Amino acid sequence: MAATAKDLNIREFPVEENPKHHYLNAETGLKSWLFTVDHKRIGLMYLASIILFFFVGGVLALALRLELWEPARTFMDADTYNRVFTLHGAVMVFLFIIPSIPAALGNFFLPMMLGAKDVAFPKLNLLSFWIYSFGALFTLYSIAHGGVDTGWTFYTPYSTSTGTAVISMTLGVFIMGFSSILTGINFIVTVHKMRAPGQTWGKLPLFIWSLYATAIIQVLATPVLAITLLLLIMERTLGVGIFDPALGGDPVLYQHFFWFYSHPAVYIMIVPAFGIISEVISTFSKKTIFGYWLIALSSLAIAFIGFLVWGHHMFVSGQSELATVIFSFLTFFVGIPTGIKILNWVATMYKGSIDMKTPMIYALMFLFLFSIGGFTGIMLGALSVNVHLHDTYYVVAHFHYVMMGGTVFAFLAGIHYWWPKMTGKMYNEFWAKVASVVLFIGFNVTFLPQFIMGSQGMPRRYYSYIEQFQTLHQTSTVGSWVLGVGFIIVGIYLTISLFSKANKASSNPWGARALEWMSSSPPAHHNFNYTPVVLHNPYDFHKPISEFRLGIDGSGHGEETESKVELSSDKA
Amino acid sequence: MANTNTAHGESHVQHHFVDSEQQFDSSKLGMWIFLVTEVLFFGGLFVAYIVYRAWNPELFYMSAKELSTMMGAINTIVLIGSSLTIALAVRAAQLNQQANISKYLLVTIFLACVFLVIKYFEYTSKFAVGILPGELYTYEGIDHPGAAIFFSIYYMMTGLHGIHVIIGIGIMVWLLVKTRQGAYNSSYFTPIEITALYWHLVDLIWIFLFPLLYLIE
Repeated sequence: MAATAKDLNIREFPVEENPKHHYLNAETGLKSWLFTVDHKRIGLMYLASIILFFFVGGVLALALRLELWEPARTFMDADTYNRVFTLHGAVMVFLFIIPSIPAALGNFFLPMMLGAKDVAFPKLNLLSFWIYSFGALFTLYSIAHGGVDTGWTFYTPYSTSTGTAVISMTLGVFIMGFSSILTGINFIVTVHKMRAPGQTWGKLPLFIWSLYATAIIQVLATPVLAITLLLLIMERTLGVGIFDPALGGDPVLYQHFFWFYSHPAVYIMIVPAFGIISEVISTFSKKTIFGYWLIALSSLAIAFIGFLVWGHHMFVSGQSELATVIFSFLTFFVGIPTGIKILNWVATMYKGSIDMKTPMIYALMFLFLFSIGGFTGIMLGALSVNVHLHDTYYVVAHFHYVMMGGTVFAFLAGIHYWWPKMTGKMYNEFWAKVASVVLFIGFNVTFLPQFIMGSQGMPRRYYSYIEQFQTLHQTSTVGSWVLGVGFIIVGIYLTISLFSKANKASSNPWGARALEWMSSSPPAHHNFNYTPVVLHNPYDFHKPISEFRLGIDGSGHGEETESKVELSSDKA
Repeated sequence: MANTNTAHGESHVQHHFVDSEQQFDSSKLGMWIFLVTEVLFFGGLFVAYIVYRAWNPELFYMSAKELSTMMGAINTIVLIGSSLTIALAVRAAQLNQQANISKYLLVTIFLACVFLVIKYFEYTSKFAVGILPGELYTYEGIDHPGAAIFFSIYYMMTGLHGIHVIIGIGIMVWLLVKTRQGAYNSSYFTPIEITALYWHLVDLIWIFLFPLLYLIE
């Protein structure tokens, strides 16, 4: 069965620069977007929705920070404040950050990086976008009907007794969970079955490895959240009492269930970010990634360990002391694969030809901010320290350093890295650099003071505080304005780049080696007009770029197996 | 999308797949992963069951006696039988026996309906004496303060399982219509195959539910 390279006539396929026909104008009209099965368009629709919800969550955050300007009331009452921080958390977690990198950038680039025409189940992909939108509608409905004041964790028994719109909110999250599961299934199957000929597991881009690890977490953890929220809804409507101590139930069981999903969910948020950082650092250092297998497998290790540490959210909730000690111990293990990644990224840069373009700047900021977030996480995992810091601003600062300093900065790196590929346009490099510096300063001014406040005992989620904290709170609030300005600058120059005519991007502006850069910018309707064939690792910068554009004549399919085509570099 | 299909000569292959085999393998892997999510979905309820049973062993013993072991046992046999018939439907598709595909699908749908009818009589006999979930529970035959929780878990588990049975019936009716239109043959029967996988899982979950809820000694 096996055909040789000569029979298949493998040759180089030159890239068409600035093509007239591409996925954006292959079909036109609103319907061609809403009912598309093209993974690139679905990715863009996700991107637009995510940016919308990031804006909503961001405005809520600015309102929170403004309210904390004065120790007592500034401009909203305590009940409103409770609802605003709940919505900020729920919108940012469920509507923005969980779908952010996998559903938007992942949808767009996963099939392209595999040399495939689409994900394995394109209709399911569209369905998952619609489910996400449907779930988002429930969330918006609950915002319109008074919001929710439980915090994004919906802890029982308060969430079963509060008069706010808990049911519509949790139903929204329940529904969006299915969207997450479907995306996860789609990605796993696509990675297994749709890789280009010659693309072995050892030649996958690291972004693919990170999305694969993320998809595994999505598939395993999300159903548990679904059943938890279903039980919570039953508790509210029928009073089943499983989580209600008054009826013989146990509220700590709810916390176990919730964090069994929500701790792995933290890795749904951060692991794809690791993938972007691997791509960006290697590309802008013009150097083979250091420790390819360590980075690839550490993503899987994080996915695995992430399932064993949920109890560290409940050190003071009354779980058994033995469980607490074990969870604390296991929590430290997460630091190992994460540390491996950081070391490998730094080693990749060592003696590389570093090109300080905007994505690289964001990647370096990521290294700095995420390291702080990671180390403070290890501190919080230590039992004795945790008892002091539990539910203080220290925790708030910690997870913002990981989620915002980590994921959002990596997301920004990814957006800037792939912007020319997605849109065919180049943004203004000068303003992009200015914005990155503004965001970096704003971020640290906002969240560094929160570490200090937290260690001094400022509890999270409080409406008022003692005057001792006022300077720090006000510093933090000023920082949030700087952050807001930074995002406005990003929004302006990215929008301008879309409509300006003079700034067409080339197909491979960064000189990268992964398959998505071997298509035109913007890509063709079916990604490639040939069947790509992979010979080299996507980080082999010492090999000529022509060897990364090889393919077989055909309509651009991804082959499912490497066994059918036996390839080696000497044959080609 | 039809333009690229002609290149492969098989009309059921979607545009982004190379051949029928790749499409079949992908669909099957996708269904297996989906089944994993189902196991974890029910897993949450099984954990809740284990926790409450560990805390209230005598409650579970007392409450299980209220359930009709006979009806549960008949339903177990019915579902296992339906697993056999859907497997036969897959076999018929592999052998390209069109009439048999329809026949076995029909029998499977019939057995699934029998399961639901028995479940209906079971539920209504419980409702009649006031055994309802949560705060609606009014039955006084079980001398234990947590009796409502056992039946809440019972209704949650069997109710969710019942929803899966109803969804399964819906899919099989759709398969039946497509089969009558001649959509499946020995070279393409992916939907029947993956529906059978789903149906086996629904069956398997019941096989766990039956002893855990009905057969507590």
